[in-house]
Amino acid sequence: MGQETALQKTPLFDCHQGLKARIVEFGGWSMPIQYQGITAEHQAVRQKVGMFDISHMGKFRLQGPDVLATLQTLVTSDLSVLQPGQAKYTVMLNPQGGIIDDLIIYDRGKDASGISHAIVIVNASTTDKDKTWLTPHLAAANITLTDESTQNALIAVQGPQAIATLQTLTSYDLSTIPIYWHADITLMDRPAWVARTGYTGEDGFEVMVAPEVGIALWNRLLELGVTPCGLGARDTLRLEAAMALYGQDVNDTTTPLEAGLGWVVHLDKPNFIGRDVLLQQKERGLLRSLVGFEMQGRHIARHDYEIQVDGKPVGIVTSGTFGPTLEKAIALGYVPPEFAKPGQSLDVIIRGKACPAVVVKRPFYRRPKVT
Amino acid sequence: MSFEYPEDLRYLDSHEYVRLEGDIATIGITAFAVEQLGDIVFVELPEAGDTLIQGETLGSVESVKAVEDLYAPITGTVVESNAIVIDTPEKLGEDPYGEGWLLKVKLDATPDLSEMMSAAEYRDRVEGE
Repeated sequence: MGQETALQKTPLFDCHQGLKARIVEFGGWSMPIQYQGITAEHQAVRQKVGMFDISHMGKFRLQGPDVLATLQTLVTSDLSVLQPGQAKYTVMLNPQGGIIDDLIIYDRGKDASGISHAIVIVNASTTDKDKTWLTPHLAAANITLTDESTQNALIAVQGPQAIATLQTLTSYDLSTIPIYWHADITLMDRPAWVARTGYTGEDGFEVMVAPEVGIALWNRLLELGVTPCGLGARDTLRLEAAMALYGQDVNDTTTPLEAGLGWVVHLDKPNFIGRDVLLQQKERGLLRSLVGFEMQGRHIARHDYEIQVDGKPVGIVTSGTFGPTLEKAIALGYVPPEFAKPGQSLDVIIRGKACPAVVVKRPFYRRPKVT
Repeated sequence: MSFEYPEDLRYLDSHEYVRLEGDIATIGITAFAVEQLGDIVFVELPEAGDTLIQGETLGSVESVKAVEDLYAPITGTVVESNAIVIDTPEKLGEDPYGEGWLLKVKLDATPDLSEMMSAAEYRDRVEGE
């Protein structure tokens, strides 16, 4: 072992150890990568309900005169349409148009004294970088940022039975909270903030509570038959849903247009950091595009493998896995736009061998519509 | 965590085992390797007639989260690769020393097993990790 780095532990760390999870370092935290196994955990979320400790994620509480108006200049989405209780997935860019982070902004409206509030959830590995970037911009508008990343437990409950399971712990009618909305409720007789968001491609909630409530909630959900799931299943689930992972599929050098995140970019907004670069890219055309592709054989394309067309290197795989629901090897990677259309044949170089793949529409997996 | 490491096998640092029966060597990976890899989804192996050279890569095992190269513990000619694990890779995880064997290899000469570990030595090595 030797190196004793000061890894942070979430309030649920002892629960994971009790469940004999395999623990790994992730973004400066000691986190469970799997309990019983990635495939079983993955299937539990697709078919029933699973839960993830995501307390490592960055949690900022913002308050001040007009929080959304200031964030409006820092992210690519149009926040003017947000209503109190609503949330928005978006990205914030550096002046070169690169993605500093992807994040969710939760509008909490104004309090009695007219002060506006928002919660911003960011990636664990980028929490400090984001805080450093945001703080001066927010301070200039008299907005305070409180970093609650280590203060609360955050548990994602995901899957077709997620809502019904959580509903047994609260008298608040959870079905009245639409997807991408959030609310303050009472859960197990304690205050909880719940958001109908997630990173699995399934319906569900992310629940923020005090640390001791988090432990009680985790144990109660276990009793109710919810499957504990680690970062391994979180990765296969998000990749089947073709959601980008920061630091892998997107980073400071990729723009949202390249990353297929054009749907969160509102260039009609008069001003936001990075807008000029995106306008230019739009005019001149992109040099690369993030595509989803399926391997034609059983080889798995993984991060950093080379992509070729007709024997020539054209790009790089950013994420790849075996998709347990699709029962296929799937991947994301950057290629020039001329090779980005569904149906395009690619080769991924795997241990010296060209393995065929075909570009497909994203997401790879879409949950069945409830009728 | 404690796993079974049969006494009649010899073990490599890279978690392959070899079982010698006359001039035939059976190669597989250990219960420890299987546990570390997690759900195995793909096994790539040489075919009958292919030559193995001790110390060189012979194929790979992919799980959902990782890929590991396989190294040849001995030099010889492949007589059979296990169609069962190629078709149903999860069998490898269920019974690595039995039904989950990978290759049967005809030895070219008496193998040099001096670099390989006994069950006890291998156990000490992986359980110390």
